[in-house]
Amino acid sequence: MKYAFETIAVGIGAFLALLGVAFAKDDLFAAHMWVLFFVLLVSTVLLLRRVTFSPATGQSADDKSGYFDEVVRYGIIATTFWGIVGFLVGVVVALQMAYPDLNIEPWFSFGRMRPLHTSAVIFAFGGNALIATSFYVVQRTSRARLFGGDLGWFVFWGYQLFIVMAATGYLLGITQGREYAEPEWYVDLWLTVVWVAYLIAFLGTIIKRKEPHIYVANWFYLAFIVTIAMLHIVNNLAMPVSFLGVKSYSAFAGVQDALTQWWYGHNAVGFFLTAGFLGMMYYFIPKQANRPVYSYRLSIIHFWALIFLYIWAGPHHLHYTALPDWAQTLGMVFSIMLWMPSWGGMINGLMTLSGAWDKIRTDPIIRMMVIAVAFYGMSTFEGPMMSIKAVNSLSHYTEWTIGHVHSGALGWVGMISFGAIYYLVPKLWNRPRLYSMRLVNWHFWLATLGIVVYAAVLWVAGIQQGLMWREYNDQGFLVYSFAESVAAMFPYYLLRAVGGIMYLAGGIIMGWNVFMTIRGYERDEAPIPGNEPVMQPAE
Amino acid sequence: METYTAMRQFADSWGLVFLFVVFVGAVLFMFRPGGKAAADRAAQIPFKED
Repeated sequence: MKYAFETIAVGIGAFLALLGVAFAKDDLFAAHMWVLFFVLLVSTVLLLRRVTFSPATGQSADDKSGYFDEVVRYGIIATTFWGIVGFLVGVVVALQMAYPDLNIEPWFSFGRMRPLHTSAVIFAFGGNALIATSFYVVQRTSRARLFGGDLGWFVFWGYQLFIVMAATGYLLGITQGREYAEPEWYVDLWLTVVWVAYLIAFLGTIIKRKEPHIYVANWFYLAFIVTIAMLHIVNNLAMPVSFLGVKSYSAFAGVQDALTQWWYGHNAVGFFLTAGFLGMMYYFIPKQANRPVYSYRLSIIHFWALIFLYIWAGPHHLHYTALPDWAQTLGMVFSIMLWMPSWGGMINGLMTLSGAWDKIRTDPIIRMMVIAVAFYGMSTFEGPMMSIKAVNSLSHYTEWTIGHVHSGALGWVGMISFGAIYYLVPKLWNRPRLYSMRLVNWHFWLATLGIVVYAAVLWVAGIQQGLMWREYNDQGFLVYSFAESVAAMFPYYLLRAVGGIMYLAGGIIMGWNVFMTIRGYERDEAPIPGNEPVMQPAE
Repeated sequence: METYTAMRQFADSWGLVFLFVVFVGAVLFMFRPGGKAAADRAAQIPFKED
């Protein structure tokens, strides 16, 4: 009997959620358990419809011999879906900044929508992209089927449940107020279970590999999985007020708590948004360009240098605070040292195209990956610069920081993920090509120009904001009130929303392209110039 | 000795030496004789299977 155990487990889960509603200590917990109950109830019904009563020894519909690609297909669809949702919420919060009337109290106020946006793009879009591509890459480069049978399904669906619980919790007003780690203790515990399953599936595949060498992309993916496990557990150490209530208190207090949060927060950037996506870069750029990585030895040095340095850079988020001065300086020094591995990796990715530079002109997917690596280089140049205390005294708390994050997130993380999606969709669904290369081109230009508008506008906005805050007159009084610096931001907020809308439009085009490719359509269109097959002249 | 002081002293002495030696060792290992040939073979791994 197929899926019998899974169906029963989810059914019991739904029942436990209902008990959680009945015995909840506070209204928010009851509301959140209602959400969980309905999600699990629908899942149980869907699973029941899939239960088959064929004998266990009978022919299984699934092919267990080849690679486990069905979960990767689901992951790519989830990545595309959550990406568009996350970008859309981003546009909404950008407009809320410009037009405060768009704050619909209480559920859709900026304070609740902002973590919804950050978690949707980082964890739902980025996380699904990482899980799906890591499952794809580890199987190919280990030449082994994913370890653990249906464990891959548990990781995928368990992670979606985490996303739904986190997102609904934010809108209900359930938060522990930790940057990029807002879900409360019970959602954190669930993510821990899912993450351990992820580690087992990934590491198990590496252990049973048929390829003697562990390819560098797997090193980056493994560093990402292990480090995120460590960061997640330490940052979320907390004592719940009651067993069936939402509220918990952190194990740390004061500046220790602040440093723990930014040790987590910066390494979420370093290991989730950098190391994981570098794993993507080291597999998909060589595959799409059809040539090996420029220097494999440089990629190994890139790996070790990156993980030895990144973990110390967090304190630069707490310059000029109660954090001891030596810790601030340590964070700054390690941030500056990060220039070297970051640029080493960027050069390695770009130089992979040496001898095939024409592909940037003729292949929009390669162009997308190259602009991703270029943005990786730009934002890893800007970041260390902003970590220098003198620069930070101007940039901290201003829009410049948000511009910097988005040049990394939209430019590097987003673009490399789009490139991987465009590479994977025809392969996974056995299509000869994408529905449309022209649409990839449209996506590329909308996204790139969107990022340029976004980042450039926020540089101007941030520097202006920082200068207004520190402007004294000759009698030593501040020239501008805070409200004046807020009002001055209005045109920039509008332009930022324009950049975001362009990026969202690119994402929607990608969704259409992916959908039509999966359906099996091929758009009748002129090929990208320079990409026509070269005819041999007659002898 | 106070825990903080003890850990701090360990971190900026033996801990620092250990991490640094591991890192330098990893880099030197890449430049061992025959390292380039092994690296070039490893770089071909993505092209063995589709």
